[in-house]
Amino acid sequence: MPDAATLEAVNIDQDQGNFSYPEDYAHDAGYGLNESTIDFISDVKGEADWIREFRKRALAVFESKPMPTHWASHDLENIVFENIRYYLAKGQRPTRSWDEVPDDVKQTFERLGIPEKERNYLAGVEAQFDSEAAYSNVKEELSKEGVIFVNSTEGLREHPDLFRRWFGKVIPTGDNKFSALNSAVFSGGSFIYVPPGVKVKHPLQAYFRINAENFGQFERTLIVVDEGAEVTYMEGCTAPKFETATLHSAVVELVAMKDAKIQYITVQNWSNNVFNLVTKRGLAHENAEIRWIDCNIGSRLTMKYPGVIMKGRKARGEVISIALANDGQHQDTGAKMIHAADETTSNIVAKSISVGSGRSTYRGQVHIPKHLKGCRNNTECDALLINSCSRTDTYPAITVRGNRHATQHEASVSQVSEEQIFYMRQRGLSEGEAMSLSVNGFVNDLVREFPMEYSVELKRLIDMEMEDSVG
Amino acid sequence: MTPPKESAAPARHAWFDESPARDAALPGWWRERAAAAWGRFVELEVPTRTDQAWRFANLAHLRFEGHGPAPAVSESTAADLLARAVGERPAGHAAHFVFANNQLLHADTSGLPEGALCLSFAEALASQPDLVRSRLGEAADCLGGEKFAALLDSADPSGVVLRLPKGCVVEGPVVVQHYVGGERAAVFPRTIVVAEDSASVSLFESFESISHGDETLVLASADLHADRGGRIRYAALQDLSDKGAKLVQFQRAHAGRDASIQAGSVHLGAEWARNESINRMLASGADVRVFSANLANGEQEYDQRTLQSHQAQHTTSDLFFKNALYDTARTIFSGLIHVLPGAHHTDSYQTCRNLLGSDTAEANSMPGLEIDADQVKCSHGSTSGAISDEEIFYLRARGIPAEAARRMISLGFLHEAIEHLGSESLCDYLFARVERKFASLG
Repeated sequence: MPDAATLEAVNIDQDQGNFSYPEDYAHDAGYGLNESTIDFISDVKGEADWIREFRKRALAVFESKPMPTHWASHDLENIVFENIRYYLAKGQRPTRSWDEVPDDVKQTFERLGIPEKERNYLAGVEAQFDSEAAYSNVKEELSKEGVIFVNSTEGLREHPDLFRRWFGKVIPTGDNKFSALNSAVFSGGSFIYVPPGVKVKHPLQAYFRINAENFGQFERTLIVVDEGAEVTYMEGCTAPKFETATLHSAVVELVAMKDAKIQYITVQNWSNNVFNLVTKRGLAHENAEIRWIDCNIGSRLTMKYPGVIMKGRKARGEVISIALANDGQHQDTGAKMIHAADETTSNIVAKSISVGSGRSTYRGQVHIPKHLKGCRNNTECDALLINSCSRTDTYPAITVRGNRHATQHEASVSQVSEEQIFYMRQRGLSEGEAMSLSVNGFVNDLVREFPMEYSVELKRLIDMEMEDSVG
Repeated sequence: MTPPKESAAPARHAWFDESPARDAALPGWWRERAAAAWGRFVELEVPTRTDQAWRFANLAHLRFEGHGPAPAVSESTAADLLARAVGERPAGHAAHFVFANNQLLHADTSGLPEGALCLSFAEALASQPDLVRSRLGEAADCLGGEKFAALLDSADPSGVVLRLPKGCVVEGPVVVQHYVGGERAAVFPRTIVVAEDSASVSLFESFESISHGDETLVLASADLHADRGGRIRYAALQDLSDKGAKLVQFQRAHAGRDASIQAGSVHLGAEWARNESINRMLASGADVRVFSANLANGEQEYDQRTLQSHQAQHTTSDLFFKNALYDTARTIFSGLIHVLPGAHHTDSYQTCRNLLGSDTAEANSMPGLEIDADQVKCSHGSTSGAISDEEIFYLRARGIPAEAARRMISLGFLHEAIEHLGSESLCDYLFARVERKFASLG
């Protein structure tokens, strides 16, 4: 068990999001999920018939699919779908000004520092409160260049031609049980379109907040970046701590057209009653690049394997991931790289830290089918175990067909060695400082991949005091 | 919600129509055990597509309808096989056994020192029931092949039981050769090796077909037990007919305090071979090294699942697998290093390398780790690739033609794994067999 100081250090950071406001919703779909839940959501949103049909088909798929417990954690069986509320909204439309956002919602985001960050370094922000976005704004010069940054409801309503072409194409409804669930009840999330040649200099950010107990958040994000364009998107997420389990099940689809670049950054800090079951995948056309930069600190169980389908020649995919699993947490993360064209390259670097009785798992898939040439993959997984009851697993699966490719996979598991700590203590550092320095050294090369503002925050999150936890 | 049933799956136990147990002369306790195993076999489901222990495997290979125990070979075939066995066995043997279609053809234990016990499995069942009972692996100790293990337990066994008493050292290898032939014939070779305190022994086992093309099944197990300070070296050569022949082998290593086991397999033949290698480091100082060198061509599929289970502090293991693939061959490697809670100070390594020699060969690797202890050094690595143009260029620049260069590099690639056996004469023997298959590829 980690000592009090460890717990305190970790909890301080997670407590940043641990507050909630009284519930006061104009639209509440109630508990449980059936066709009438879907009709309720579709009616509130005033959706086109094809979306309603899409949702109903997805519900049937969700109901027909078994839980993937033949390989995944049996903790999934603790999700009671009847006890979850699938849609909660105040009836708000996302505003362009923080002044018009309802007070309690505004205060929520102010406490999380979102408006301040927007002023300082973001090109656009969307803030989602339970099911719907409360605030959505993008800098004026970007709108003039044709950049669209809206929530999914608005995206499907205002720009159907643009988004319908790719909607549900990268991640089909039947991909897995939770992508089907999302397809049935999705609400919120970002729709982004970047026109050809536009390079968005500053990141766009979305912030996802769960406020209500027993609530499931199912945002749906689709980012289409046209030829030669570039964008960086960041998402953050928090929820207050409740006694009961909360479900977050997003679907994120990225489409990078020829020569485009997408960088998608996630800092996940859900409270540890949240089941975080997310499907994320990108489609990279010729010479395009998709990078997933993923940091998982919170949640009870996270299952997330961002993927890239490299469909065009010379496309590139990358997943960089940091996971921190503390007591009672299971970070089951990984990556999926599907090579579907010649000379495509992919890179996976995953680092995990298990503290106390935390468990971190890397699960990866690399697939290189036949009749391709010149595909390359590099995978590195490193795990750090802090306490003697910490646990880590690695389950990669690599399929290579044909003799014109190269793949390599390496994984290692290590501890902060007693020698290292001894060395640093000799030089006057306390045991806690030495531990902290070692842990930060372990993830340092990855933390640098995050934008500066995030890397500072990350370091602070990881900067745990671990007095007496050596050995 | 239950997963949907595979519609194409064969009926539950259609593999065998009736229990393969035949020999009424076997002791009662064994026959009861076999009957219970048959009951389990009938109950157990055939693996399905969603079964993680069979991920990537082509389940179409799991069809054994109408198979049954192999009929005895004729006297003339027996004489031919014996001559073939003597001609092809590794040099310097301490004991030599030959089995054809589950029957003992030849047993020579004259080279063994006094005190060493070496019996055919059937004899051991009668005279050493406690030894067999205590050292025969549990049928549930599998990596997905529970149904096969139950079937194996229900059948009349061939093979040998070898026990070395405390301090007994055997220099040359114990050589056991198995032959199988006949339409839909199945054999059930089993091996138990026990090296008591500080004893040391090598055992070499081979599986070959009597003639090319018969649809046969070899269901085999090897249980290796090295007690305190004991040493066992075990190598299996599978060179069955690449058409029709199938093999499932369970190899289990149990290493006690300061014991060391080296266990390896070389797969050259068979249409389909599955190998489950379960290695347990039971007490401080236990060390297990596992290797495999496989040359697959045509439509061959080799499916290898391994476990390195560290159950005590200060134990080490090293696994080193190499596959060279040609034509449309497939290999599957699924390995797991499992460090149990409390097994601190474990050193464990796992390597799987695939050399792809054609555009249609397929290599699947699933190197896994599950670490539940502290002060552990573990790593695994897996690579898949082809011979690089630079390597060929280097050898051509030294006057070696491209074809010969390719051959040298491929052979060297497999040799690196075979070397892990650590016995020069057995390595040379195995390597010569690899070369022989390589030459036949043309």
